[in-house]
Amino acid sequence: MHEDHGISIWFFIGSLLVVYGLIIVIASLPALFSAAAAPHVVMAHLHAGLWWGALMLLLGIFYVVSFWPDKKDHPKHQQ
Amino acid sequence: MMSALFSSLLVLLAPSSGLIHLGWADVLIIVIYFVMVLGIGYYLSRYTKTGDDFFLAGRKMTMWIAGLAFISANLGSLELMGWAASAYQYGILATHWYWIGAIPAMLFLAIVMMPFYYISRTHSVPGYLKLRFGEAARMLSAISFALMTILMSGVNMFSMALVMKVIIGWDINFSIWVSSLTVLVYVALGGLLSAMFNEVLQFVLIWAGALLVPIIGLMEVGGWKGMVARIHENFPHGDYTHLWSTLGHFKDNPMGIQWTGIVFGLGFIISFGYWTTDFLVVQRVLSAKDLRSAKMAPIIGSAFKMFVPFIVILPGLLGLAVMPGLVGQDQAAATGAASYNEILPLMMARYLGPGLLGLGITALIAGFMSGMAGNITAFSTVWTYDIYKPIHFAITGSEVEDKHYVRMGRWATIVGIFVSIGTAYLVEHAASIMDYVQALFSFFIAPLFGTVILGMLWKRATAAGGFWGLLAGTLSSIGMWAWVRLDPRALSIIAGSPDAKAMAEDMYRALWSWLICVAVTIIVSLFTRPKPEAQLVGLVRGCTEIPSEGHLPLVQRPIFWATAVFVVFIILQIIFW
Repeated sequence: MHEDHGISIWFFIGSLLVVYGLIIVIASLPALFSAAAAPHVVMAHLHAGLWWGALMLLLGIFYVVSFWPDKKDHPKHQQ
Repeated sequence: MMSALFSSLLVLLAPSSGLIHLGWADVLIIVIYFVMVLGIGYYLSRYTKTGDDFFLAGRKMTMWIAGLAFISANLGSLELMGWAASAYQYGILATHWYWIGAIPAMLFLAIVMMPFYYISRTHSVPGYLKLRFGEAARMLSAISFALMTILMSGVNMFSMALVMKVIIGWDINFSIWVSSLTVLVYVALGGLLSAMFNEVLQFVLIWAGALLVPIIGLMEVGGWKGMVARIHENFPHGDYTHLWSTLGHFKDNPMGIQWTGIVFGLGFIISFGYWTTDFLVVQRVLSAKDLRSAKMAPIIGSAFKMFVPFIVILPGLLGLAVMPGLVGQDQAAATGAASYNEILPLMMARYLGPGLLGLGITALIAGFMSGMAGNITAFSTVWTYDIYKPIHFAITGSEVEDKHYVRMGRWATIVGIFVSIGTAYLVEHAASIMDYVQALFSFFIAPLFGTVILGMLWKRATAAGGFWGLLAGTLSSIGMWAWVRLDPRALSIIAGSPDAKAMAEDMYRALWSWLICVAVTIIVSLFTRPKPEAQLVGLVRGCTEIPSEGHLPLVQRPIFWATAVFVVFIILQIIFW
């Protein structure tokens, strides 16, 4: 996003990834402790929700921190 | 209070009548998505004051924003689901629409055509035609584009609503109104700026929601080799996994097409026509902050486009491996069996658990909304600048202030959305309209490319040549389409073989209509008076000084990255030959 437009779009994207990552991790946790709670999907033993949600959460935190609105020096992502 | 509200949403958004049942996490993800896109639209409305802000996002976009919005506006949900279904039907041949049917044209736009679009400071593609060929060519192009864009938007809206009904059980009216009103609010508030920022967000969501399907799918079947082995086991008489080696003859592949149709019809005419002249995508690049960003944006878009088959084609191929037996739409409706048209959501349901499924569905909704916002912003710009403004000027004889056009752009957005909704309901009651609208859209793409490319590269092309060439190309395309409808044997004449199938028709019709457009433009131009060269500055190669990039380091030059993308493109063709 151009500096003229205030909060960076990457901050919005980071925030959304954090929220989504959290929701997916929380929704996937029960299957880790109880086989009965495992979703009825193929390859459920991979617990894809947990690691995908965690990945989104980490990526989201990276973007939120990097593009926090008060930061004076945003990374030069638009080079 | 909040829990009661969420319970109501859960009942509304997660009915039990679809193929997929959504849980609380899925519904929460979908609801948060809608809140976020509306919030971005509201936040950006304060930055949208002038015509340039509303219609061209202030011409301040970075290459990344312009490039990702460029690709996202094309990545509609029907694009995602339609090509996943085509991959199930035709195998890896569907990838041609992402590779040879996109990459060379996007690179050509970046390196050859973008300087003229950008330096001319045009607001739109019809606007360029006005500068190069005069008012008649602009009006013909603008009216056809505005009409077709808005009708296509309605057709896509209905198709999306139908899919949501089949997959999740959502009411068709609910899907149509909620999604289109959301697009209406954020586009009317923030114009192209809001549309583009949301497209970047939607692009990320599409990848986040769809990427897991091919990853888990490949793990299930034992990698690429395991998938190919299973497909051969399920379909021993067909070749679904080779890109070029089956294109020697129309009869050798499930698509009924020959390599000339793919290379010249798709790879040259249709692809170049869409990627270099369809204002829906070109508008995103025109918003770039400088010429280098405008050239880099399609290159960035092409790099991502090259890998979209991973989330679209691969799920279709995996479907052939793990879910054989899916049937076409008509057979599915008659027998109650599952259709391959829903292969992408079916694969999502196969692999994605709670939360992930909501993310996958959000990816489809995001795809739909980015495509619709693309149509609506392009429509409002072409309507305001290329239809309303010249007519207003012709009647009143005076220019009005910029704010007037911003207001008109907002009204055009609102009217455009409601015409789209009306088209969606029209299609619901007369499904054949969908085929006609899609065919109509294809009539204009190939001839328009002929007109624009001659205008940019040939100084001698005249205003009369441009107009009559465009008209002749469009009418000949309509004529060939009608000929095949009246006499199906005509397809063998147009495509050059009695073995050609319907898919070959578009390719060869585009090729012929382009050739007719170019021939008529050249002949009429040679008999009419050209513009003086002084009037072609900034519009035509040979009359325009293109800023040199020689002073830039190699890695900052667009030509370097275009070459890199092209090399990867060639390698991919060889790997999957």
